[in-house]
Amino acid sequence: MTRVPLRPLARILRARTLGENPDTIERENLRLRHEQMRDKSRGQAQLRLVILILCFFSAFTLIGARMGMLASTEPVEPRSSAGGDAIASGRADIEDRNGHVLATNMQTNALYVQTRDLVDPRRVATELSQIFPDLDAETLHRRFTDGRSFMWVRKVLSPEQVQAVHEIGDPGLLFGPREMRLYPNGTLAAHVLGGSSFGAEGVGSAQIIGTAGIEKFMDSRLSDPEQAGRPLRLSLDMTVQAHVEELLETGVNMYSARGGAVILMNIKTGEILSMASMPTFDPNDRPNPLVKGEPGDSPLFNRAVQGLYELGSTYKIFAAAQAMDLGLLNADSPVDTSFLKIGRKTISEYDGHNYGPTKTLSEVIEVSSNIGSGHIALMIGAERQQAFLRSLGLFSSSPVELIEAMGAKPQYPKKWPDIVTVTAAFGHGVSSSPLNLATAYATIANGGVTVKPTLLAQADPTPGDRVMSAYAAEESVKMLRRVVVSGTATMADIPGYEVAGKTGTADKPSPTGGYYDDKVINTFAAVFPASHPEYVLVVSLDEPVETSGSKPLRTAGWTAVPLAAEIIKRAAPLLGMRPVVEPAGTDALTAVKQ
Amino acid sequence: MTEMVYGSMPSSVREPILSRWWRTVDKWSLIAILVLCAIGLLLGFAASVPLAERNGLDPFYYVQRQMFFGGLAMVAMVVVSMMSPDLVRRLGVMGFCLFFLALLMLPMFGTDFGKGAVRWFSLGFASFQPSEFLKPGFIIVAAWLIAASGDINGPPGKLMSFGLAITVVLLLALQPDFGQALLVLFGWATIYFVGGAPIPLLLTILGLTGAAGIGAYNVSEHFARRINGFLSPDVDPRSQLGYATNAIQEGGFFGVGIGEGQVKWTLPDAHTDFIIAVAAEEYGLMLVLVIIALYTTVVVRSLFRLTRERDPFVRLAGTGLACIFGVQAMINMGVAVRLLPAKGMTLPFVSYGGSSVIAAGITVGMLLALTRSRPQGNMSDVFRRSR
Repeated sequence: MTRVPLRPLARILRARTLGENPDTIERENLRLRHEQMRDKSRGQAQLRLVILILCFFSAFTLIGARMGMLASTEPVEPRSSAGGDAIASGRADIEDRNGHVLATNMQTNALYVQTRDLVDPRRVATELSQIFPDLDAETLHRRFTDGRSFMWVRKVLSPEQVQAVHEIGDPGLLFGPREMRLYPNGTLAAHVLGGSSFGAEGVGSAQIIGTAGIEKFMDSRLSDPEQAGRPLRLSLDMTVQAHVEELLETGVNMYSARGGAVILMNIKTGEILSMASMPTFDPNDRPNPLVKGEPGDSPLFNRAVQGLYELGSTYKIFAAAQAMDLGLLNADSPVDTSFLKIGRKTISEYDGHNYGPTKTLSEVIEVSSNIGSGHIALMIGAERQQAFLRSLGLFSSSPVELIEAMGAKPQYPKKWPDIVTVTAAFGHGVSSSPLNLATAYATIANGGVTVKPTLLAQADPTPGDRVMSAYAAEESVKMLRRVVVSGTATMADIPGYEVAGKTGTADKPSPTGGYYDDKVINTFAAVFPASHPEYVLVVSLDEPVETSGSKPLRTAGWTAVPLAAEIIKRAAPLLGMRPVVEPAGTDALTAVKQ
Repeated sequence: MTEMVYGSMPSSVREPILSRWWRTVDKWSLIAILVLCAIGLLLGFAASVPLAERNGLDPFYYVQRQMFFGGLAMVAMVVVSMMSPDLVRRLGVMGFCLFFLALLMLPMFGTDFGKGAVRWFSLGFASFQPSEFLKPGFIIVAAWLIAASGDINGPPGKLMSFGLAITVVLLLALQPDFGQALLVLFGWATIYFVGGAPIPLLLTILGLTGAAGIGAYNVSEHFARRINGFLSPDVDPRSQLGYATNAIQEGGFFGVGIGEGQVKWTLPDAHTDFIIAVAAEEYGLMLVLVIIALYTTVVVRSLFRLTRERDPFVRLAGTGLACIFGVQAMINMGVAVRLLPAKGMTLPFVSYGGSSVIAAGITVGMLLALTRSRPQGNMSDVFRRSR
């Protein structure tokens, strides 16, 4: 860098010779240099100032843009604007087939605490423990003061409790609006409805999710905002359901049974008009699942769907129907009932009966002969028998709209030797749920065409596959009618309703292997009216015993059948059925009248 | 020298003060500041009511106070803006000395108002935060020193001002008040930048600041908590930031309505550090954009006017003042939208606070005084850059 001297010698010398003060030259040069420096730094400063301006401008623009982005998004926790109602009124109601409400939503409040705002945590803890006796004042106080800023106290409050909490008057106690699921009929249809609980929870609202039954199975439909206004209509008839539950409870108590299940089904549409299981529970206050013991003992257990039992002699009609369908036999064909031995196992009749050398097919069903059924099954053969039972839906879990049904897959042996062929014919060695049985009977009653069991109200019957000839189905129903008229189920012969049906008394398998002597499952599967079937009723009782006589009676004819009779007697008029007036009855009635 | 021009006015040589002021002052910036002050009052009606209720006072107690201090600040701003650059420099240097002493005495006489940092003097009827007033004074002193270093045979002003900056920053960091410390450092850095800092040195300083930040993060728990809150991707909805974000989202474009906002009830600092959240919630994006535009106007216009300034001191001091004013607003709003980590910093003129608003008034008053259009040295420059 070349520097211009402040005191250039030439100029100084000249100034000196001219007699001027040479310092002015230096001062002038100094001023010029200063001027130059300033110009240089000013140019640089201008550029840098422009950079600063651009920085500030872009920073402010960025903040503005970010504000705009935030403002155009939805808040995480809506507080002021009306965003909370969307979830709150989300879940659709559930109604029975006539529009009676089975499940609805109710406005309520959840209670939470902002501990920082608590004025007097000690007093609040004490008073809360008085309102909610299950809360402990000490624990509450400890949790209020352990440093957390927020805590839930109660998820659902009654209006009285809300008022009582208001009266504590502490600003730290806050209410979160809630919609709770309400089952106004209490225990009615508890196993069908299942239950619900809160899912995602916020201060402003909480999501209701189904935890069991149809609430869980239909969860996406019920919580679909587009269908929130449309209630879910079930096939259940609330009145019939109430009678069925009342009678089942009476029956279970009367016969000291561990439990029982009833299914009443329309054979044309597959609509289930009533489904009951005892013991029961209140879906408003679901009990906790059992952690030990048999799952079947829990009130939450839906015996109608989840209870897989060996259903005994009720299966015999399947063998008879298939034999007629295949043309092997007709109703009057003789069947060997004398003796049957498979390998080393001798098949015996119930209670050591002996039905003589032969019976007609119809009589085999009527007296419920194990040996006769075994012979029929051997005529049909293992493969055709399995295919037939499968086509009746007895080998797969029921397609009904209950979450529990998915897990209840009927059990049957993988290998199918002759002994299984024989025992399956009278309902041993294979187990299925009462609902599977009802569905199979509905197929027979429906003229051999399958129906899909459903809990949703159906407008029209949806025809299924034909699995047997109409003739075989019709003849089977006639045989079932004979069981009621003169067989093992005479107690079910309600005048006017032409009940047809088949009893089943199966020894309960013991968990250690083999079968109990004194523990049975009593089942009665009924079809009515026999002349033009409309309904199937299955009644199943777990370990019932009839003790009114001198010795305890454990056959279905003494337990499940009278219970079924009572149910039909009450339910049939409610379903709008006219009693078929039989000729003999007409005479008697007219005689009395005249 | 006497004017010997024929026909000249015989009376005063100089133009009347007010008309000269009005002719030369940056009117747009002045109007922007007045509007900001009015918005501050408007938001005070919303944001300070919960505070008044918490303290058991008349609901508009703080609005009245803000009106008083805001008026005082406006008067101070106008008075200061009438001063000549020399007078501004004198005022700034004296103010710096005075408030530097006040800052030194804080540990003895100060109070922390239960907020964990000793920043205030309690005067009974009001509190007073010396660091707010120290900032403009420091800027003036630093600009003076750096400008002087550009003169031939001038003092080593850059080094001296740096030493001064470090001293002030340390004092502020000890309170602790990292926000103000950062502002002071930033103000000094912009002056140094415009005053001709070599680029390599600038980069070094940037690196050192980063290192200091990391150091503070490791040493100070107070600081670390805030940074952690910022770095976590999902904001805790029950933190101050969560409430602020929520309020901005709640407000949308046009707000939830005057007085309908909720954030002011939950945020303890709604009337100061998070006033922009209250604005966003009640009046929506519209008002927020207006506020941002007003700050941008003041900063960009002032800086632009300074590009034409020939006097190094005026240029540097003006730059520093405009930058600390702009950056303070930027940090405040940047925090609310989570572009920056949480840092307690008031929004000048809009946030509630006596010291804050009066200091801002003085700062902007000085800025207006320095950006007034005045005759520049060479006519050639004026012609070259004439509009």
